[in-house]
Amino acid sequence: MSLLKILARDLFSRRRTETPPPVDGETLQQLAARLGETARLSLGRSLSIREVDAGSCNGCELEIHALNNPVYQLERYGLRFVASPRHADVLLVTGPVALNMAEALKRTYDATPAPKWVVAAGDCACNGGLFAGSYACLGGADRILPVDIAIPGCPPSPRALLSGLLTLLEHVAVR
Amino acid sequence: MITGKTTLLHYLSFSRPVAAHQPWPRFVLDEAAWRGLVAELAVEDWDVLGLWADGNEIHCALRDEETGEIAVASHSCTDRRFASLSQVRPGVLRLERAVADLYGLQAAGNPDGRPWLDHGRWGVTHPLALARRPPPPAPYAYSFLPVEGEGLHQIPVGPVHAGIIEPGHFRFHCAGETVVRLEERLGWVHRGLEGALIGKPVAQAAKLVGRVSGDSTVAYAIAFARAVEAASGAEAPARAHWLRALMAELERIANHIFDFGAICNDAAFALMLGECSVLREEILRICESCFGHRLMMDAVVPGGVACDLTAEGAALLQDMLARLRPRFEELVELYDNSPSLLDRTVGTGVCTPALARQFGATGFVGRASGRAVDARRLPGYPPYDQMELPVPVRQDGDVNARIWIRIEEIRASLDLIGRILSQMPPGPLHTPIPTRGGEGMALVEGFRGEILVWVRLSQVGRIVRCHPRDPSWFQWPLLEAAIEGNIVADFPLCNKSFNCSYAGVDL
Ligand code: SF4
Repeated sequence: MSLLKILARDLFSRRRTETPPPVDGETLQQLAARLGETARLSLGRSLSIREVDAGSCNGCELEIHALNNPVYQLERYGLRFVASPRHADVLLVTGPVALNMAEALKRTYDATPAPKWVVAAGDCACNGGLFAGSYACLGGADRILPVDIAIPGCPPSPRALLSGLLTLLEHVAVR
Repeated sequence: MITGKTTLLHYLSFSRPVAAHQPWPRFVLDEAAWRGLVAELAVEDWDVLGLWADGNEIHCALRDEETGEIAVASHSCTDRRFASLSQVRPGVLRLERAVADLYGLQAAGNPDGRPWLDHGRWGVTHPLALARRPPPPAPYAYSFLPVEGEGLHQIPVGPVHAGIIEPGHFRFHCAGETVVRLEERLGWVHRGLEGALIGKPVAQAAKLVGRVSGDSTVAYAIAFARAVEAASGAEAPARAHWLRALMAELERIANHIFDFGAICNDAAFALMLGECSVLREEILRICESCFGHRLMMDAVVPGGVACDLTAEGAALLQDMLARLRPRFEELVELYDNSPSLLDRTVGTGVCTPALARQFGATGFVGRASGRAVDARRLPGYPPYDQMELPVPVRQDGDVNARIWIRIEEIRASLDLIGRILSQMPPGPLHTPIPTRGGEGMALVEGFRGEILVWVRLSQVGRIVRCHPRDPSWFQWPLLEAAIEGNIVADFPLCNKSFNCSYAGVDL
C-alpha cells in the first residue's frame, strides 16, 4: 500500500484518539494544600515535560512512550516532552534513583528553570519499589528532589500517567 | 591436546563434575584446567554464554557450536585472580570488569582495568564479595580511550539523553561529521539487582528477575522459572509451557513492531511510528485483557503460570491475528517501497558476520549478521520442540537487515500464536516447587536474543546466588564497531536498530 493511501485512509477513518481519564480530585486538593496559590502560573494550560530515567527497568519508559501514541496523544492537552531540562516545567522521574544516576538527576533538576514540578512515576520512583534498601539505590525520587505528585504502579498504565499529569496541569495552569 | 577437534564435554570430563547442577553439567576446573580452557577457546568453536562470580568462584557457561553441548566451567580463584577469557572471547571483557566491580575478583590478562558498573558512588566497594571494602573517597574519574589524529573532536552525550530512553554515556570522536570511534560508558542504572536477589524466597526473586529489563519481562520470568524448576526438580505442567510461549511471542511482536516504527522514525519517517505504536497499543490491551497486565509482568511464575487463558481471551487473540496481519503487511510494503527510507537504512551501521561471531551476538543483531542461533530451537524447550520454527538469517548486517529480521520474526510469531491457540492442551497451570537445594540454568529466547539465568537454591528454597545475563552484553560492543565511519547524525538510527538494553546489563 502506498503512503498516500495510508494517509488518506487514516484521514477518513474513525478517530483513534480516546477520551481523557478523569482528573483525580483528591490528589488535586492535596496538591492545592501543598503548593498553595502562589505556585500557579499563566502557562496557557501547557506544560513541558522532561523525562529522567533514574534507574528504571525500562518498563515505566515503555508506558510513558505510549502517551505519545495516537491513542493517548498527550500533546492535545498541551503536555509535551522536551529534549532539554532548560525547556521544561516538569521533571517526570522513574526508577529507584540509582546512586550512579543521583548526581545526573540533581543536575537535571538544577538546570530546570523555576517554577518547576516533579512527578515520580512508578513504584520505584515513589518509594524504591522492589529495590528499596539496595546498596546501589537511594530508594525513591523524594530522597533527593521535592516530589509534587506520585503516580504508583509497576508500571503505571498510560491512563494513570495521563490522569496524574492532567491533575498537575489542572492545578498549575490559571484559566 | 589442542587439536581443534576436542568437544566441550570431552575437555571438561577431565575435571570434577558437580552433582545437582541441571539440566547441563558443571565441572570444577583447577588452575591448569582453567588455563587450558582459555587455550582451547583460542582454537575451538565454543561460545561463551556467560561469566559470573559467586564468593571466590568464577563460573563460565559454554556451548560447543558443533555438537550443541552446553556446560558450566567453574574455577576457585586463588589470590582473588583468574586467567582472563577476554583475549580469546572479547565479548566477555565487560562481564569480567563487572565481576571485578561486584566481587573483587580480577581477570588477569584483561587489558581494560577500568571499573565498569562501579562509578565510585555506592558507599561500598565490591558489594557482593565475601569481604566488602570501604568506598573510594570520591567518584571515579573515567578516562576514555585516547584518540589521536589531526582535526579530531569529541562529542560527549549523556547519561541523560534528549528522548525518553534509558541513561548511558556515549563518547564520540569525530573527523568532521564522520565517527572515528564511539566508546560507551554504562552502569548508570545499576540497581544492585543481583545483591537484592540473595536470600530471597523464590516467589519474590521471580518478581525481581522479571524487572531486569522491563521490555523482556516475560522472557526473563520464563528463564528464571526454568532455572528454578531445573534446580529443584520440578516440571511445569504442559499447558503452562504453552501459555508461556504464547506470552513470549506476544512480547516479541509488541517489541519488534514498536522497534520497526521507531527505527523508521529515526530516519525521519514519522508515519511508521504512529502506525506501529497503535498496533503495539492494541496488542498490549489484549495482553491486559488476557493476562491482567499490559506487559504481562509476574504472569509467569516458577512452577507454571499465574493465570489461565479464557475462551474469551482466545477469541480476542484470534481476532487480533486476523486484523494485525494485513495491517502489518501494508506497513512492510510501505517500507519496502520507500526509497527515501531505504536510502537511510541500507548500508548503514554494518556489523560484519565475523564480528558478530567473535562477540557471540544472538537475536536480531546476530541473525542480521549471519548467526542462525535461536534458543527456542537450540537447546530448545517446550513447546517449541513440538513446532517448526523458521530462523531468518541475513549476511548484510546493516540497519536494513536488522529491520528485515524483525519483520520475519513478527510473521513467524504471528504464525506461532495461531498454532499455539489451536494446539494448546488443557490441564493444570501450576505445580509446587519442592523445597530443596540445587543449581539450575536456563536459556530462553527473548525478543533481543538469548537470555541466560543461573540459580543456586539453598536447602530451604531461598536464593543463594542468581545471575541473569542479558543478550545486550554481547551486542553493545558491536554497536561501537557498527557506527565507525558513519556520520554522527545516523547514530540514533543505528542505536535504535540495535536497541540494546541498559537496565539489562547495568543490573
Ligand atoms: S516501577 Fe516497575 S516498571 Fe517502573 S521501573 Fe520500577 S520495576 Fe520497572
